[in-house]
Amino acid sequence: MNDAFGNPQTVLVLGGNSDIARAIIDRLAARGVQRVILATPDADGLRARLAADPLPIDHVVVEKWDARDADHHEQFIDDMAKVHGDVDVVICAVGTLGHHSGITTPSSTVDDSIRVNFSGPAATLVAVARRLVEQGHGKIVVLSSVAGERPRRSNFVYGSAKAGLDAFAQGLTDAVVGSGVTIHVIRPGFVRSKMTEGLPEAPFTTDVGVVADAVIDALASDRSSTRWVPARLRVMFIGVRHLPRPVWRRIAGDR
Amino acid sequence: MNASAFTGWGGTPRSVGHAAPFTTSADANAVLTAAGPRGVIGRGLGRSYGDAAQNAGGAVAESTQGASILDWQPETGSVALHAGVTIDQLMRWALPRGFFVPVIPGTRHVTIGGAIAADIHGKNHHHDGTFGRHVESMVLCAPSATQRLTPSMALFGATTGGMGLTGLIAEATVRLHPVETAYVTVDTERAPDLDALLRNMTDHDDDYRYSVAWVDLLASGRSLGRGVLTSGDHAPRDALTPRLRRRALHFAPSVRAGVPVLPMSVLAPPVIAAFNEFWYRKAPAHRRGEVQSITEFFHPLDQLAGWNHLYGRRGFLQYQFVVPNDETACLEKIVERLAGTGAPSFLAVLKRFGPANDAPLSFPIAGWTLTVDVPAHPELASVLRQLDHLVTDAGGRVYLAKDSRLDPSVLPTMYPRLDEWRLLRNEADPDGIMTSDLDRRLNLSGRHCDAHSTRATATRTAPGTAAP
Repeated sequence: MNDAFGNPQTVLVLGGNSDIARAIIDRLAARGVQRVILATPDADGLRARLAADPLPIDHVVVEKWDARDADHHEQFIDDMAKVHGDVDVVICAVGTLGHHSGITTPSSTVDDSIRVNFSGPAATLVAVARRLVEQGHGKIVVLSSVAGERPRRSNFVYGSAKAGLDAFAQGLTDAVVGSGVTIHVIRPGFVRSKMTEGLPEAPFTTDVGVVADAVIDALASDRSSTRWVPARLRVMFIGVRHLPRPVWRRIAGDR
Repeated sequence: MNASAFTGWGGTPRSVGHAAPFTTSADANAVLTAAGPRGVIGRGLGRSYGDAAQNAGGAVAESTQGASILDWQPETGSVALHAGVTIDQLMRWALPRGFFVPVIPGTRHVTIGGAIAADIHGKNHHHDGTFGRHVESMVLCAPSATQRLTPSMALFGATTGGMGLTGLIAEATVRLHPVETAYVTVDTERAPDLDALLRNMTDHDDDYRYSVAWVDLLASGRSLGRGVLTSGDHAPRDALTPRLRRRALHFAPSVRAGVPVLPMSVLAPPVIAAFNEFWYRKAPAHRRGEVQSITEFFHPLDQLAGWNHLYGRRGFLQYQFVVPNDETACLEKIVERLAGTGAPSFLAVLKRFGPANDAPLSFPIAGWTLTVDVPAHPELASVLRQLDHLVTDAGGRVYLAKDSRLDPSVLPTMYPRLDEWRLLRNEADPDGIMTSDLDRRLNLSGRHCDAHSTRATATRTAPGTAAP
């Protein structure tokens, strides 16, 4: 259960290998979280990483879960509930930026990116939402991206997938109103992490810690929310959203 | 059954369950029979501060609808009633007949069922014990059977303070005590610091039926723990002025004002500091025999409907602990700690408990109990966790009816008879139908996924799990 401060006891992370997820978990650990379930396609790799750099939590479970494995998402969530009881918070941090090469991007890469960034997480989240509504409480955090708000030439595959996930999460929020479940959509700008390693930084670049702080802040609230990180991106995008494409192309450059 | 959101009086945490009203034991059994996989918990007026009377995804059996007084023995003062009867209802009924509810908490707005389930205490604990002591019998609808429980039965003890987890209480017979008037004679004593306050309470508590102290938790330095001790007894007729004597048993409390739902807390530290200064100065240094009405003395906050809204949307929580009598050093440390964090508490109440009763989960043990209201501000979480450890080390415990944030691992230390209670509970409810958010959060019943069983399953499902 979540306590009076909004601190959860059991947390499930989809995309448990993500740097942002790790920063969130570190903060939840300081707040007394008792159980963390990390779902990732590379379970062995994550276990090895955790052995070298353990989490300060008594019960950490690594489970194999692949966003591409569409047939098993429902079963996976059912099993989680059976084994671990109520899950108080589910963080969807799965995603890959991938290598963008414009029209030369292979179709299979486009397809894979949409599976990993959108259809896989969405299919899992609907099962998650069903489960949380059944248990009468719970919070879902969906890590979206500003890339979904205004895609560019250099990230439109990732961006369009995030746009789908973002829209999905907003609609899902409406679908769970009054059920005791809340959903927080987090839209970070460019975040320094292993996913963006080696890429040139965009304006308003931020750190995983700042994103994690925004998530912790969202979890303390009992209402669904959409948060931009840093927060001033919200204001900036009011304008950016309406720029004519030729102007946006010029501003966005060719990154 | 309707899905509705429930919270405790603190306004947090919130969960959604299905409201299922009940009045009689037949109704209660119907609710139990219809229970789904998320179980059932009873709920009265929702005045538990935390999550004791809510059940996420399950049934919340509400007891107040149609609850009434069933039978009455004027010679003994025994009254039989539905568990959903409120103390307010009972007081309005009993006072004109010359009787008083034996134990009343800081609000009249609790039900008899809730009073038993939390084994509540009042300002007279050192004199009269908890509410459970005055219950002659009760009808408990447990999933295994419906039966009338009397104090000599083990399940009676497990239900008293059992947080509703042994079944739905449908009826109770409570012994009232006779009074001559609806007034209290009150002595007030101001104490400039904690030492003086504790000394005063130790020396004089036993001279009065009722005794409680308000503590200024924002005072620091030499004034640390300063407070105002009020002690009282039921006023005899002779103590009243002729005008009051004509309506000596008149009791018709009214609500003076209401607080709307506010977006944010108006209880900022400077506001509370100013209030505390005023409250301390307002109290006479020393006054004897003042005649106060019942509401003035017992329930000043009931005159302000919805005062919990003062803390805004984020809500608040109440932290109440007890430490044994000889642990005044621990008490001082905690007061110092709370004063040091500037945790703005406009309700800090100190009381000396008399001896514990025999119910395994009943909160009161002989010693000092301090109650503080604090806003549900995340920064206070770690402060309260540290206080938990001070309390546990001193052999004390926190009050489950107020709790909404305790670390489940300290529960067995605070309540050493937990296992004994679990056995009795399981007998009454072998399939684990009775449950609540409090139960899930603290694994009170021992039937939920606790840390230990997770470890066992974790190794089974995920070999090589990294657990440091």
